Amino acid sequence: MGNKQTIFTDEQLDAYQDCTFFTRKEILRLHGRYHELAPHLVPMDYTNDPDVKIPLALIVNMPELKENPFRNRIVESFSEDGEGNLSFNDFVDMFSVLSEMAPRELKAIYAFKIYDFNTDNFICKEDLEKTLNKLTREELTPEEVNLVCEKAIEEADLDGDNKLSFADFENMISKAPDFLRYL
Amino acid sequence: GPEVDMHCNTARRGNSNSRSGSKVKEEKPKKGQARRSKAKEKKKVLREQCEEECRQDEEAPKCSKNHRNEKAKTEERGDFKRKTKDSCDEERNHISSDSSSESEELSADEEESQEEKDVLTQEELEKLKEAVEEKKKLIANLRGKPWPMSKKLVTLRESQEFVEKYEGALGKGKGRKLYAYKVMMMKKWMKFQRDFENFRTACIPWEMKIKEIESHFGSSVASYFIFLRWMYGMNMILFGLTFGLVMVPEALMGRPYGSMPRKTVPRSEQAGAMDFAVLWDFGGYAQYSVLFYGYYNNQRAIGWLKFRMPLSYFLVGVGTVAYSYMVVIRTMARNANRDGGGDDTSFNFSWKMFTSWDYLIGNPETADNKFASITTSFKESIVEEQESHKDENIHLTRFLRVLANFLVLCCLAGSGYLIYFVVRRSQKFALEGLENYGWWERNEVNMVMSLLGMFCPMLFDVISSLENYHPRIALQWQLGRIFALFLGNLYTFIIALMDEINLKRREEEVVKYNMTVWQASLYNGTVDDNSTTSTIPVDPADVPRGPCWETMVGQEFVRLIVSDTMTTYITLLIGDFLRAVFVRFFNYCWCWDLEYGFPSYSEFDVSGNVLGLIFNQGMIWMGAFYAPCLPALNVLRLHVSMYLQCWAVMCCNVPQERVFKASGSNNFYMAMLLVILFLSTLPAIYTIVSIPPSFDCGPFSGKKRMYDVIQETLENDFPLWFGKVFSYASNPGLVLPFILVMILAIYYLQSTSKTYKAANMDLKKKLQTRQVQGW
Repeated sequence: MGNKQTIFTDEQLDAYQDCTFFTRKEILRLHGRYHELAPHLVPMDYTNDPDVKIPLALIVNMPELKENPFRNRIVESFSEDGEGNLSFNDFVDMFSVLSEMAPRELKAIYAFKIYDFNTDNFICKEDLEKTLNKLTREELTPEEVNLVCEKAIEEADLDGDNKLSFADFENMISKAPDFLRYL
Repeated sequence: GPEVDMHCNTARRGNSNSRSGSKVKEEKPKKGQARRSKAKEKKKVLREQCEEECRQDEEAPKCSKNHRNEKAKTEERGDFKRKTKDSCDEERNHISSDSSSESEELSADEEESQEEKDVLTQEELEKLKEAVEEKKKLIANLRGKPWPMSKKLVTLRESQEFVEKYEGALGKGKGRKLYAYKVMMMKKWMKFQRDFENFRTACIPWEMKIKEIESHFGSSVASYFIFLRWMYGMNMILFGLTFGLVMVPEALMGRPYGSMPRKTVPRSEQAGAMDFAVLWDFGGYAQYSVLFYGYYNNQRAIGWLKFRMPLSYFLVGVGTVAYSYMVVIRTMARNANRDGGGDDTSFNFSWKMFTSWDYLIGNPETADNKFASITTSFKESIVEEQESHKDENIHLTRFLRVLANFLVLCCLAGSGYLIYFVVRRSQKFALEGLENYGWWERNEVNMVMSLLGMFCPMLFDVISSLENYHPRIALQWQLGRIFALFLGNLYTFIIALMDEINLKRREEEVVKYNMTVWQASLYNGTVDDNSTTSTIPVDPADVPRGPCWETMVGQEFVRLIVSDTMTTYITLLIGDFLRAVFVRFFNYCWCWDLEYGFPSYSEFDVSGNVLGLIFNQGMIWMGAFYAPCLPALNVLRLHVSMYLQCWAVMCCNVPQERVFKASGSNNFYMAMLLVILFLSTLPAIYTIVSIPPSFDCGPFSGKKRMYDVIQETLENDFPLWFGKVFSYASNPGLVLPFILVMILAIYYLQSTSKTYKAANMDLKKKLQTRQVQGW
């Protein structure tokens, strides 16, 4: 384990290891990727905790996110200002949650945030319509979209308010066989 | 003492906690009397600091007694005190020169303050321990908390300070190393699992092709290709058996070509034995090779291995059928399990919406396929949903369905009679000699079968629109009806074959008689008739041959498979490809829109293709005993079919209008396969058991019945008691009770499985109502 890196102090790396699911090497690699996105913006020396944020447009071009229909929402959910500008802390946090080591409960919380387009802490019918259109690239007719959204609310809504609260979402997603495989 | 500890701790963390750091600097230069009050001040300051920290922390116990608790802790853990004293010694070396005097004065203070402090109660100690444990747990679980990173970092720092203050940095270094090691092992294990899964799925052939087809055409079309792949796997095993245990031993260890009459092309045929036309028809050199039954010698044991060829031939024949039964039934059972178990459709649309996108996709083509597959999957579910809501006028529907079935029965009866009539006519023609009739009369049976096969399915399709079924159920009815139609095909084929066999056997009698005459003519010169068989060398090609009916049967099957394959491929090329080319390129200069009107692009005919596959497999099972080359031929055919049809589907077909979800289990196909397996092994078993083998060709020549080889092996190769046990086991007195016991067992298992299913449904319902009630 080389101690020759000068990007972070040892305490910083230890703190990151405690706060994410990554090891030292992975965190350094992540910093490399972060730096690649905007080499002129991101300093190589993070020992004094610089306040640098990369805008949304650069992050969604990463090969891991490029093909994902929800890439904008993902980045927005992890940014502090809600606009999608990620500091390195947010960047690491995002990948930590998306990694395979993250537990189901944590992923469910963030999945709820991602699918909640208007950030009102409920997944309402408009959110579902937007999700569906992004998933099918708008290939379904409006009647089909309507039918699917109504059926989804009918299936998952337990408290009867015609929108999905986090409890409804959690209850539904905890039984899904594919959730951990794909997210 | 406690003041010293706290002093040292705060001094060490000068960088991160500026408050305590500044206090250290402030208090250093003071001397003299003010020291005692200074110590009290320090206590107060630290207490306030502690209280502030505790206020931020909801879980901390009362702070007022914390400094006293701390002292009690130091008294209890002596070594702790010693260690912190050591670290304090280190610390003191960094501080300026008058630190030693300071420490003396401080130690004087220490004794005083010890008297001041109260003895801690057990309760407060416990509470502090709890607090520290909670903090430690918080640090361990911090990565799983849904907070933004900055909050996590701040919380981490504060919790670490709290724990360090009241416990020191003891053991934390070790714990972290162990944890990091555990994490690394777990990651390695997960990576290994993932790589192994990737390897396993990469081993499955054609997976990407089928996934692509599935994403564009839906699961019903993909189910055909999955079935085709499954068949390929089964045929590979059958090929392995026949090739490895029958063809290779005879080729390597048996007598070579030309050494015996049965292994040589007769003199009369030798002229044209290498012609392509003859070879394509599987005559000539192809006929007299390991490919067919007739080549095999009836020698009991061949080669240095003493390989029992006839026994092996018989057992492989039985083994292929047994293996096929086993594999079909096992697949059916596994599919039934999967169906019955995961039947949870309570969150169908929600799950499709939230868990169908694969977040690991990075390739644009894969993404395209995934989008198409998600859209198709939604469309399928929508169709299912709409079907379940359709308003049904029960009586009208039932009447229409009965009417449709009646029409179909009429159709089938009509075609059955037509086939019977045509076969009788052709038998009459054959008796009178085929040369007297024209092309139509000679090929009448084949033509009638092909025409029926082309037009009846279309008729069934039209009739089925009366029935108004869900598309999946309609497909199953269609399959069943065309199946019944094709059974007529099978019937004519078998009748024709039996006629041929009887003809050949009559011929054989004649040849046997002629043989004795011919042999006598050979010994024209020699005198003694009582001598043993003379060794006049006769070229094997000149020996008169019996008509080997088994080879003839094998040849018929091989020819059927080849012609079937050719027909399928040519229909594919013309019906799909040329049609698509025509529609695409002539659309510009045609009066009406070719793409939407007639003829438009073709849809993939799932039912026709599945039935073709199933019936072909039936032919293989029927003929594999008489032509060991059939499984090999089939493997080749399926391989080519897979590539050709995959290409044709993606290139020339359009998805069906109503994309419906195939029942994922394919149990319907398996059930039909099982029926065909049963039907096709019956004729083979009948011929083995009742018809005596030819006298001069094949591994059973010279025996009265083919299964005599088993008797022979039992007598000669196994110890005596084995034969006795076998004869007892085949006693009807034992066999009948055994069958009775099996029937009872089946009945019992069936009834218990029914009760389990009912209990399962019950529990599911209870779970659902509980969920709803819980809110």
